[in-house]
Amino acid sequence: MSERVFKYIGTRPIRHDGVDKVTGRANYGADLTLPGMLHGAVLRSPHAHARIVSIDTSAAEAVAGIKAIVTGKDFPETTAKLALGEAAIDLHDIADNVIARTKVLYGGHAVAAVAATNPDAAREALSKINVVYDVLKPVLTVDQATAPNAPILHDAMVTKGVKDAKGPTNVAARMELKRGDVEKGFAEADVVVEREYRTPTVHQGYIEPHACVARFGEDGRAVVWCSTQGPFAVRDQVAAIVGIDPALVKVIPSEIGGGFGGKIVVYLEPLAVALSRKAQRPVKMVMSRDEVFKASGPTSGTKIRVKIGAKRDGTVTAASASLYYEAGAYRGSPAGAGMACAYAPYKFPNFFIEAFDVVVNKPKVAAYRAPGSPMASFAVESTLDEIARELRLDAVDLRLKNAAAEGDHAPYGPAYGPIGVKTILDAVKNHPHWSAPLGRNQGRGLALGFWFNGGMNSSATVLLNPDGSAAVITGNPDIGGTRAAQALMVSEELGIPVERVRPIVADTDTSGMTDVTGGSRVCYATGMAVINAARDVREQLRARAAKIWDVDVESIKWEDGQAIPPPGVEKAPHPLGVADIGAKMAHTGGPIVGRASLYAPMAGPGFGAHICDLEVDPETGRTTILRYTAFQDVGKAVHPSYVEGQIQGGAAQGIGWALNEEYVYNPSGLMENAGFLDYRMPVASDLPMIETVLIEVANPLHPYGVRGVGEVPIVPPLAAVANAVRQATGIRFTELPLSPPRVLAGIEQASRQPVGVS
Amino acid sequence: MATVHLPSGLTQFTGGLSTLTIEAPRVADLLATLAARYPELGPQLDQVAVAVDGEIYQDPGYQAVRPTSEVHLVPRIAGG
Repeated sequence: MSERVFKYIGTRPIRHDGVDKVTGRANYGADLTLPGMLHGAVLRSPHAHARIVSIDTSAAEAVAGIKAIVTGKDFPETTAKLALGEAAIDLHDIADNVIARTKVLYGGHAVAAVAATNPDAAREALSKINVVYDVLKPVLTVDQATAPNAPILHDAMVTKGVKDAKGPTNVAARMELKRGDVEKGFAEADVVVEREYRTPTVHQGYIEPHACVARFGEDGRAVVWCSTQGPFAVRDQVAAIVGIDPALVKVIPSEIGGGFGGKIVVYLEPLAVALSRKAQRPVKMVMSRDEVFKASGPTSGTKIRVKIGAKRDGTVTAASASLYYEAGAYRGSPAGAGMACAYAPYKFPNFFIEAFDVVVNKPKVAAYRAPGSPMASFAVESTLDEIARELRLDAVDLRLKNAAAEGDHAPYGPAYGPIGVKTILDAVKNHPHWSAPLGRNQGRGLALGFWFNGGMNSSATVLLNPDGSAAVITGNPDIGGTRAAQALMVSEELGIPVERVRPIVADTDTSGMTDVTGGSRVCYATGMAVINAARDVREQLRARAAKIWDVDVESIKWEDGQAIPPPGVEKAPHPLGVADIGAKMAHTGGPIVGRASLYAPMAGPGFGAHICDLEVDPETGRTTILRYTAFQDVGKAVHPSYVEGQIQGGAAQGIGWALNEEYVYNPSGLMENAGFLDYRMPVASDLPMIETVLIEVANPLHPYGVRGVGEVPIVPPLAAVANAVRQATGIRFTELPLSPPRVLAGIEQASRQPVGVS
Repeated sequence: MATVHLPSGLTQFTGGLSTLTIEAPRVADLLATLAARYPELGPQLDQVAVAVDGEIYQDPGYQAVRPTSEVHLVPRIAGG
């Protein structure tokens, strides 16, 4: 595999969807308008925790222009679970999250929805729906949720993973991993560091809000146009929640303005379908930014306690960790993933990790880029930084001493195949950034990160045209340049220019079943389906060439996009290119269509390391990122520009998480900063150019060695930034974000110690 | 017989055993045998993925298990 010389893979063509996107022609979720279309709106809970006593919609129904109103009573109870590939999802909880039935569990929880001939009428109707609440005390943190006599969100909840557990409780699950003898390992350590860390609730911050149009026809069929990472996932969720046959639901994905895991679970789509069914007219629904923050899924706030012991030479002898992840209103935080990822880059001989999934009165968390891993990495990599400081060891050397390699067992069980941890660390050590000088008030931080990279269901169809051009059809909305990557794969297999391959994102009636665009799986798993479908076309081309030359197909070679006849064939023309054979399709058997579908195991593990340089203003506490370099084992970069873009984007999001982003709640449990002015995400002018270093340790599970790229780069920044701030200020901050007020308070608490390079 | 490794969090349901040997041709048969042998473990198995000789399957089903296979039950992971 490593010897293969590629002609197209690894090149940087302009993305096929690029011009439409930069000129504004591309259609996103809110861009569709249909004749007779109504405008939907949602009434949301003003309380973080309350019982719904009654809902009276009679006054709203009298508003001019109102065509339909739905509440929780319009949706059937379901206890089904849906395997959406990325996670087994409890449809009862999703349905209850879409629209509350008996309790509201967070500020912003939907309680009713309306459809009207114009947005003003819809808003007026919302104001006339009378909901009587029995307000309950909310719990907003794991500490509050696990305190004795804490208010309980779900009366039937018991802790999964604990034998003979008794409820009710707010602890939805407990998980544990262990290796070796942890106490003995700590006893052998020369230095032991223990810290407790906290990270806030943060949002993916995709620029495009959730949006959809639904049309429920007289024939009982529903069509949903929406911005989603997974049209098939939307189809199956909508059918189950609304209570209709999935065969009657078609989902057409729009272009998508970011998802990062947050556009897999449905919010608006079932409401729009139910409203359209009542009104018998199409219904459009678009969230405001306020609604996106309050009513879609952010990721968990966490409390993590980490203890690591090491010998004087840096060899870690034992490590333990307790991870508490907020799930939001319903069970299902990424605590288990955090547990599995926490020590994944290392071969620690003894460890104990426990993880708790805790419900709180916040929006139900959704997946967010390497869900669960960044918080765990923040805690572990910060603690390792302290170990290196205490032992006066170089941060790279400490990690090299303990780095996992092929054959070592991952903390979650199986042995690693080929992985790039040591290769990455060597690259860090040899990079000029690692040894560049720093100035006053400046610091440098290093951190590693890990993510699994997903596999699962994928399908692809490759259509050959008579002129030798091709189309490739999949069901994965293109978030990170996957159209271009898939076109490159077809080019590589058939030997035709990438500009002559048209990549198409299809709807649920057109594409073979395909799991979501998420889990860093598309270039890997759907890519394999594309390669197999293109190879299917290639074999058919060989067979057609055999017909043309009247020879045995086995005698025909395929080289550089051409069928090569066996020696002795004199019939012209030869060799035969794709266009030559395509032109004779009608005479040799008809159209040529390649197809493939597969279920892929999870891709090879992905690792990355980030170096962050920053400067802290001791007068204001403001942090400025000066230089940032991201190293990552990408397996094989199919389109290096989009691989680099993924890494830069992930780093930028992680830096925002480290420095500024957080949900701010008032004592009543209501979010106070639900807008981009008050929820501070980094913009281009906040960051320097993020340098990327691509390392290619081929993944043996993929024909080109592709590993999956998009999630790993959000993992290291939290600790890379915190470790740099530690060096710049001399203060170990254990709670994010490192916003100016927190950093300034830390500096002042440290009695205005001299700030400088330590 | 395949060697099956459980995460430590599940050993409370197997009387403390973390490594077992099970004869099963496919993952589904292996999980069914586990659940039959340890009834309290059964309800815990809906949230696990299964690694067979290093390859992790999110939706464990009919993947073949060889007599020499190393099988690990691992947390089921959701990606973004």
